[in-house]
Amino acid sequence: MSGISFTLNGAPIVAQGTATTTLLDWLRESRGLCGTKEGCNEGDCGACTVMVTDATGSRALNACILFLPQLANKAVRTVEGITGPDGTMHPVQAAMVEHHGSQCGFCTPGFVVSMAVGHLNGATGHDDVLAGNLCRCTGYAPIIRAAKAAEAAAVPDWMKSDAFTLAQISSGGPGGRQPRGAFSPRDSDELADWYLANPDATLIAGATDVGLWVTKQFRDLGKVAFLGGVSDLQGIERQGGQLHVGACVTITALLDAVATVHPSFAELLRRYGALQVRNAATIGGNIANGSPIGDGPPALIALGATLHLRRGDVMRSLPLEDFFLDYRKQDRQPGEFVAGVSFADHAPGLRCYKLSKRFDDDISAVCGCINLTIVAGVVTQARIAFGGMAGIPKRAKAAEAALIGQPFGLAGMTLAAQALAGEFAPLSDMRASAAYRLKAAQNMLIRYAHDLAGDAVSVLGVRP
Amino acid sequence: MTMGKALPHDSGALHVTGTARYVDDIPLPAGALHLAFATSTCAHGEVTLIDASAAQAMAGVVAVHTAASFDAMPDCSPSAHDEPLLATGIVHYVGQPVALIVAVSHLVACAAARLVKVTYAERPALLTVDDALAAGSRFEAGPIIWQRGDAAAAIAGAARVVEGSIEIGGQEHFYLEGQVAAAIPQEDGMLVHSSTQHPTEVQHKVAHALHLPMSAVRVKVRRMGGGFGGKESQGNALAIACAVVASQTGRAVKMRYDRDDDFIITGKRHDCRISYRAGVDDQGRVLGLEFQHLFRCGWSQDLSLPVADRAMLHADNCYHLPAIRIESHRLRTNTQSATAFRGFGGPQGMLGIERVMDHVAHNLRLDPLAVRRANFYSGRDGGHTSSTKDRGAQTTPYGMPVTDFVGDALVAELERTSDFAARRAAIAAWNSASPILKRGIALTPVKFGISFTLTWLNQAGALVHVYQDGSIHLNHGGTEMGQGLFQKVAQVAAGVFGVDTSVVKITATDTGKVPNTSATAASSGSDLNGMAARAACETIRARMAAFIAEKHQVKPDRVRFVDGTVRVAGEVYAFAQVAAWAYQARVSLSSTGFYATPKIVWDRVRGQGRPFFYFAYGAAVTEVVIDTLTGENRILRADVLHDTGSSLNPALDIGQIEGAYVQGAGWLTTEELVWDAKGRLATHAPSTYKVPACSDRPDIFNVALWNQPNTEDSVGKSKAVGEPPFMLGISVLMALSDAVAACGAACGNTRVYPALDAPATAERVLWAIERVRDV
Repeated sequence: MSGISFTLNGAPIVAQGTATTTLLDWLRESRGLCGTKEGCNEGDCGACTVMVTDATGSRALNACILFLPQLANKAVRTVEGITGPDGTMHPVQAAMVEHHGSQCGFCTPGFVVSMAVGHLNGATGHDDVLAGNLCRCTGYAPIIRAAKAAEAAAVPDWMKSDAFTLAQISSGGPGGRQPRGAFSPRDSDELADWYLANPDATLIAGATDVGLWVTKQFRDLGKVAFLGGVSDLQGIERQGGQLHVGACVTITALLDAVATVHPSFAELLRRYGALQVRNAATIGGNIANGSPIGDGPPALIALGATLHLRRGDVMRSLPLEDFFLDYRKQDRQPGEFVAGVSFADHAPGLRCYKLSKRFDDDISAVCGCINLTIVAGVVTQARIAFGGMAGIPKRAKAAEAALIGQPFGLAGMTLAAQALAGEFAPLSDMRASAAYRLKAAQNMLIRYAHDLAGDAVSVLGVRP
Repeated sequence: MTMGKALPHDSGALHVTGTARYVDDIPLPAGALHLAFATSTCAHGEVTLIDASAAQAMAGVVAVHTAASFDAMPDCSPSAHDEPLLATGIVHYVGQPVALIVAVSHLVACAAARLVKVTYAERPALLTVDDALAAGSRFEAGPIIWQRGDAAAAIAGAARVVEGSIEIGGQEHFYLEGQVAAAIPQEDGMLVHSSTQHPTEVQHKVAHALHLPMSAVRVKVRRMGGGFGGKESQGNALAIACAVVASQTGRAVKMRYDRDDDFIITGKRHDCRISYRAGVDDQGRVLGLEFQHLFRCGWSQDLSLPVADRAMLHADNCYHLPAIRIESHRLRTNTQSATAFRGFGGPQGMLGIERVMDHVAHNLRLDPLAVRRANFYSGRDGGHTSSTKDRGAQTTPYGMPVTDFVGDALVAELERTSDFAARRAAIAAWNSASPILKRGIALTPVKFGISFTLTWLNQAGALVHVYQDGSIHLNHGGTEMGQGLFQKVAQVAAGVFGVDTSVVKITATDTGKVPNTSATAASSGSDLNGMAARAACETIRARMAAFIAEKHQVKPDRVRFVDGTVRVAGEVYAFAQVAAWAYQARVSLSSTGFYATPKIVWDRVRGQGRPFFYFAYGAAVTEVVIDTLTGENRILRADVLHDTGSSLNPALDIGQIEGAYVQGAGWLTTEELVWDAKGRLATHAPSTYKVPACSDRPDIFNVALWNQPNTEDSVGKSKAVGEPPFMLGISVLMALSDAVAACGAACGNTRVYPALDAPATAERVLWAIERVRDV
């Protein structure tokens, strides 16, 4: 009998399901653990947040877009397991009651799990920890009061036990047998062979987008490969002035890796989805998905990134911007997959500007990434890329050409902004109108001039 | 005394441990069936063919019902019998249920629903208020017009005329728990669990659909995962569908909308356009005012008439308007049927007059707060004592004396505590040194009328039992959606018996216990049910007092119920002891209680009377910052002073205020509903519809209560708090308007008013900036 083995609230378990049974459905329907709630079934509201622990640590994930095979050999803790085995409340639970942090209570289990994971990891940036948890009742103020109040409390023993248990038992065991049609390669060689033989299969890394194909579109994915165990695509290396990032590196890990070298890129990544999404989503998935917006590619194109692809034993590399051919069409052969991406580890002129209806947990209307090299007041190199302005993440070559060789300043950036109008014809949709997208993109070039001149240009930096 | 204590929500511990049970968590008997609707993809048209063969063939599908399956189509409407459960021949909006899938699981039902192929003969669709106005498509014969004085003449004679209009977007409730119901057949009727604010209506509609008397249908509601008005009428369809299929099959049946279906099928806050023409004097006093309200009501009547009425009733807010004409159009369109949402039209009406105040101030180069103040109703201390106040008080446009006005005093206090004047000056200085970012600040007041405008709804019942061990079972007609109603009423009950609230067992709302209830709506929950519960408790307490007094040969009024004890003639008995003795003495320890709000009289046709028992007041100061290159904006600080009378529970009240402010801010900033040219809602999930997230709350968020007792005899002299603070969010839009105006001023152009529409997304803010800079 097939089944995925993992630890649930401290006890080992073998879960039965298909390759695309979500953890949320399994918890609620098969286990009768109804504390974990369905709010949106697409990873945007956090009502289904659970804690998942593996060898690299404990993190919050959305159970609604998490497939059972992704949990093999890991430890899952739901809100029921945030409460101690003897019924003792976790400090964040007690603080939430004391500070009136729940009203209708439906989002509360998700908040409690996010808070408990943050507490376990010593995180005190509560706005970021909770950006992926929506509450419609409280206005968040009492929840933040509760999170602050619980900061100093000791981590309960039961919260530490998952990591301890995993270290004892797992170390690369099979994690149970895969459901029919599913494959979990252990390294990229296995993946390459299998994918060459199964080029119509769907590759699933974080499932933050593929999950929605199942929960929203009710698609039958057919054959699938889960990439969570592909050990050699998880690395980040800094070598020869370049960062080499494996395709299966999560956005959270990438954010940490670029925090000091590319602070503006890191700030962009901080606003990529919300924590639960960043903890699952991978940079390889972000690129391969080919979204016209996907906030990773514009920044990487501005950094002059090189994409690495593999098909069978054949590796090839190309400039990232050349990978995106047309709307949802990439330069990728059947059986070929994204193996990694490399980019400069130094770019003091890089600025990444994300424009969305809401600051956190939202998709860009426009994402503009500008990377100028300025020598003695003159622009010597320019790489500018936009998301949300065309069917693909796209370089602004006319704007770049208008800048190169010219003195850097507001006048030059204004000319570049004018050039933008000739090379982009964005669409209108529910996020923004075409006219606004173009105007905002042009103004991002103006902002860049002010930004480098030291003016305050972000409302996020203003304190009362 | 338990009333007035800042006790936590009664379900707090259940919420945080994940053990609070919602409808979808209730275990159902084996063999339960699940439902999903297949919905219209056409905004207006005739259904020419429904091909359900693929859905029917899917494994796990038990049945597919269409209009043809019903002899008599059940109706889901709360008002006009115009909402068939499934479309009968004509579809009226994209999202209207056309077929009902019955399946063995929720997932199968949802997947099968997507396989139903419907063919339409399309008809022209009316999508906007302009479409509907041009076509004369409306819910009443013509516009409703209420007026006082001769507004046109007053405007003609005024020194200055200010006119304009504002587009006000709708709002999706986005309760975290979607619509859900479950029906379990009984041997002689139907038990329904429903996430509804209105169990009696669900009972009524289900009974009608099943051709049963109401007595054969029992509806239970322990809690909702948020309601906000969205579960006042929108849950009917699910409950009816479940009950009908349960009745047919004899099996338990559950239905829940997934989030996209919830967005696409159910109604939202009414969007509208409000046009205005105001004649003012040189101090900004409004001498004459004309409003036109164009409300987009959607395809069915639902609650649109009272919603639009309430907008008219709040067209004055805190301002005395001597000559006013309000013309309200309730327009029928091929979109979701707009419905109740926290404030129930009040927010739109109030935003209309706040927009006028802001525009007048800009036009006259006056401080907006000074203009607001110049127009305030005269205060309570304006020479009117309580005995003569009605005669001397100023009246609302609909003729209700405003005798409890505290807006001026409350605003003065908030102005002081928020350091408003100094901050306003500091912001001007900051703006002059900041080329890209600009700040803005605004103070707006709130006056909100409390009572259902349909007078007979202002009644409530309760059922209280005291058991022989001294424990107390409390039930009433109100529903718990997170607002803390159950805890507040329990505090009232505990107060009557002089016991700790832990002694009072809160129980699920149940049409079998308290009949003929009104929706938990209009902020009335505590006012009505608290009074009804108090009456029930007082009846039982009087019996206990009479019994124990007789035993001690004293008068009953010498018996005191305090600290869990009963004190009489120098003796102190445990409450439980007295309950046991009373039981043994054959004293009834169970009672109903009933309450009907006094004093209210309302003539809707003439627009005259006293529709409200009292007003609740509040005010907010909001400070924002905007980016003049992108229009991005955020709230930096909010200071709120809000009138809850003598609060029944300050912690719960502050929770309502904080939450309402943020929800109101969301309505006016990031929450944008977008329909495409075919009438399809493009923003149907949280990926595209953006309610405020954690970091969107104000960095500094000061909330204080205006702790003065209600002048009317409400429960504990408290005031309703559910809806009024929602409108504090209007200060956010006005602060944004102030910041945009600063951009005009910075380039020497103070002529053009920002005229910011709502929601003020970054895009709208940027276009407003472009407007005001255009010299």
